[in-house]
Amino acid sequence: MPILETIGLEKRFGGILAAQNVNLAVEKGARHALIGPNGAGKTTVINLLTGVLKPTAGRIMLEGRDITDAAPHQRVRLGMARTFQINQLFLDLTPLESIGLVVSERLGTGADWWRVVGSKSVVTDEIVEVVERFRLTDVMHERAATLPYGKQRLLEIALAFACRPRVLLLDEPAAGVPEAERHELLATIEALPAEVTVLLIEHDMDLVFSFADRISVLVNGTLFVDGAPEDVARDPRVKAVYLGEELDA
Amino acid sequence: MDTTTATASQTPVLAADVAAYLKRRGRWSPLEIAFWIFAFASIWLFPDKYLILKDTAILALFALSLDLILGYAGIISLGQAAFFGVAGYFSGLVAKYGIIDEPIIALVCSGLVAAAFGFVTSFLVLRGSDLTRLMVTLGVSLMLGEIANRYANITGGADGLQGVDIAPILGRWNFDLYGHNGYVYCLIVLFVCFVIARRIVYSPFGLSLRAVKGNALRAAAIGIPVKWRLVAIYTIAAGFAGIAGGLLTQTTAFCSLDVFSLDRSADLLLVLIIGGTGYLYGGLIGAVIYKFLQDWLATLTPQYWQFWIGLVLVVIVLVGRERVEGWIAAARGSLVRLGGRAWTRIRPRSAALGGAIDGS
Repeated sequence: MPILETIGLEKRFGGILAAQNVNLAVEKGARHALIGPNGAGKTTVINLLTGVLKPTAGRIMLEGRDITDAAPHQRVRLGMARTFQINQLFLDLTPLESIGLVVSERLGTGADWWRVVGSKSVVTDEIVEVVERFRLTDVMHERAATLPYGKQRLLEIALAFACRPRVLLLDEPAAGVPEAERHELLATIEALPAEVTVLLIEHDMDLVFSFADRISVLVNGTLFVDGAPEDVARDPRVKAVYLGEELDA
Repeated sequence: MDTTTATASQTPVLAADVAAYLKRRGRWSPLEIAFWIFAFASIWLFPDKYLILKDTAILALFALSLDLILGYAGIISLGQAAFFGVAGYFSGLVAKYGIIDEPIIALVCSGLVAAAFGFVTSFLVLRGSDLTRLMVTLGVSLMLGEIANRYANITGGADGLQGVDIAPILGRWNFDLYGHNGYVYCLIVLFVCFVIARRIVYSPFGLSLRAVKGNALRAAAIGIPVKWRLVAIYTIAAGFAGIAGGLLTQTTAFCSLDVFSLDRSADLLLVLIIGGTGYLYGGLIGAVIYKFLQDWLATLTPQYWQFWIGLVLVVIVLVGRERVEGWIAAARGSLVRLGGRAWTRIRPRSAALGGAIDGS
């Protein structure tokens, strides 16, 4: 059984079909990439998966459970977290505070109002683990707004990771990261624990083909091709619609 | 191999640092302690000013309630007077009819009534933009004012609620003519409420509110139930506003329709514009400045003092604001530098102690 599955997913904005009959199956532990040309509906699909948008039709199943009607924060608690293509950080908080917030929320102490943040060692231990994993130790006391872009991007992923998801959705994690900081970012993505299933939405073909063990191609809101990286790379239709287009540009 | 042992030995120290740092966020600074010592010293320092001091304390508590939702959750409101008024009438009525005789219990109850009312109306303000919120909150307090006017048999209507007789506090301290006990009572209530508010904003719940205010989209994406957090803080703030309203009725033994007035809610915004939002002391400092400015101008020019209040506000908003923010930023910067220096001093020590600190 796939850990994350969509069945006949459809999203209509007025007269425009942004996604139609999307049947995506992500296997447990997979490194699955969702690619497609600009405007193919990748972001729509991720917004549907995470509950930011409600589908016009179709179902979404997480670990066999129907989450179509679950609110965004409930999906996080059910084990699915995401990052954003454009950083969505808490700019006035430090990485330490932001990650502390996520950890408190996940451990169910986020609504505690009579306890000072950081008075529980389970929380602080986990904060430290995440801070170290994402190489944020040296900047953990700086406001997120003042961090270099590469570090902000790491924090963006760290916030999702700190939710301890079983399915992690990465929306163009490397977008806009300067070459010098890129290596660090890719290394941390590579080092994500194997038991975490990753669905990667990406534009960057190098990253996709080095990282993914399965690729789905989305064109005009529908799944076009779905298969192993070699097969997708060889598929003439993909070359025509997607890779060909990239080469021309 | 080397690197693994290095991380293993470093992590507990880092964990201790993190715990210490997070705990220090909520520690009382010397400036705060000085503020409260001065506030309580005012009981002996200004015995001839009890009346205005008492009004200031009530206004400060009321402004604190708005700061909780505006400064920490980003909810703008022109309707805090609704909760102030509901609790004001509630505490007046329970005293008048002898339902609850002890003022402190009556005050807590009026806070709870206002909080319950806040909870019910919170669902109206969750939707929409700032402008919608302003209109909805304003509308609610206007409606309540008119309801109080309509049911004059209960509220006394335009004449106000007469015959309110407030029993001594804890059966011992009467509300005396000079206002001494009244002021001490208000100041203690303000302090207790402030400590609770302070505790709230430094808790994980308070941190989550700042996250919601900063980025509601991301807050939901890390598992925060945004809607319920806003409902919770709106309810708590309503309770605080209610306690302020209850204090006014208890210390004046009177309650009139003006508790619901737009002026009252608008004054709060002015107080927070003067004092600033999002650091809890804005409402307190703003209330002191606003009240004493008002008092001073009223003695200088009894007829036209509102002109000068207006002018001062225009000046503050247009000219002074950036400058004042500059001062605050500079002060904060030097505090952070000071904190940073203390931090580097603590660091090697905590490294040496290692496990000992970890246990805390």
